[in-house]
Amino acid sequence: MDPELILHLPSDVLRIEDAVEKVVARCHRYIELERRASRVRMNLRVALSEALSNAMLYGNGADRSKDVRVELSITARAIITRVTDEGPGFDYEDVPDPTTPESLLKPDGRGIFLMRKLLDEVTFNERGNSVTLLLRRDRVRRE
Amino acid sequence: MPFIVEKSGAITIIGVTGHLIVANRQELKHVVLERLRTGDREFLIDFAETGYIDSSGLGVLVSLSKKVREQGGELRLAALNEDLRTLFQLTKLDTLFTIVDSREEGLRDS
Repeated sequence: MDPELILHLPSDVLRIEDAVEKVVARCHRYIELERRASRVRMNLRVALSEALSNAMLYGNGADRSKDVRVELSITARAIITRVTDEGPGFDYEDVPDPTTPESLLKPDGRGIFLMRKLLDEVTFNERGNSVTLLLRRDRVRRE
Repeated sequence: MPFIVEKSGAITIIGVTGHLIVANRQELKHVVLERLRTGDREFLIDFAETGYIDSSGLGVLVSLSKKVREQGGELRLAALNEDLRTLFQLTKLDTLFTIVDSREEGLRDS
């Protein structure tokens, strides 16, 4: 299946907001059919924002010359966004729980946790430089 | 400027318009720390006009809250809609902050 939208971004966090809005705008027609449209918009925005900032800051080391690729696919069952950076990848299994009492006061470490909580599926490729975010559609009416 | 600063008595109110995300978190940090440096101690962050908050935005609130507490003050949060409140509940940060329903309530209860 061909992606509905492909974006190539430099590793610049100032580009995240615009990229997120482009993806959400492309999903707009579908999101409005969801039972909790505002929750879906919020979950997609936050999770995608996390994936992009991880890719730019950690994956590509904030090197503006390095590319982050975003692919959006929309099927009858799900909205699927893939974010890929040029980095060596990281160990996504080794992410501490940020809600433990000892982690709660830390300013960072909530990105992947939030992605996993807000979406139905979050999967990484073997190298760890590409994350696929899947949000199942829960339609209230037929398209 | 996505942050609108107002003063009501001893309380510094900061309205977050738009989003609180990785791209602008340093601006909020700068605003609060500058006010803290000049003697302000009571902060109310108003999210009535906020779209979404990412983990960097949550992180800067945690870090600022700690700095304000160290100076004997408090940083409270106001007017989180249901979706924003969910972010605080998921991350258990609702246990760390005093969260009030509205700016008015925050000013009344101070």
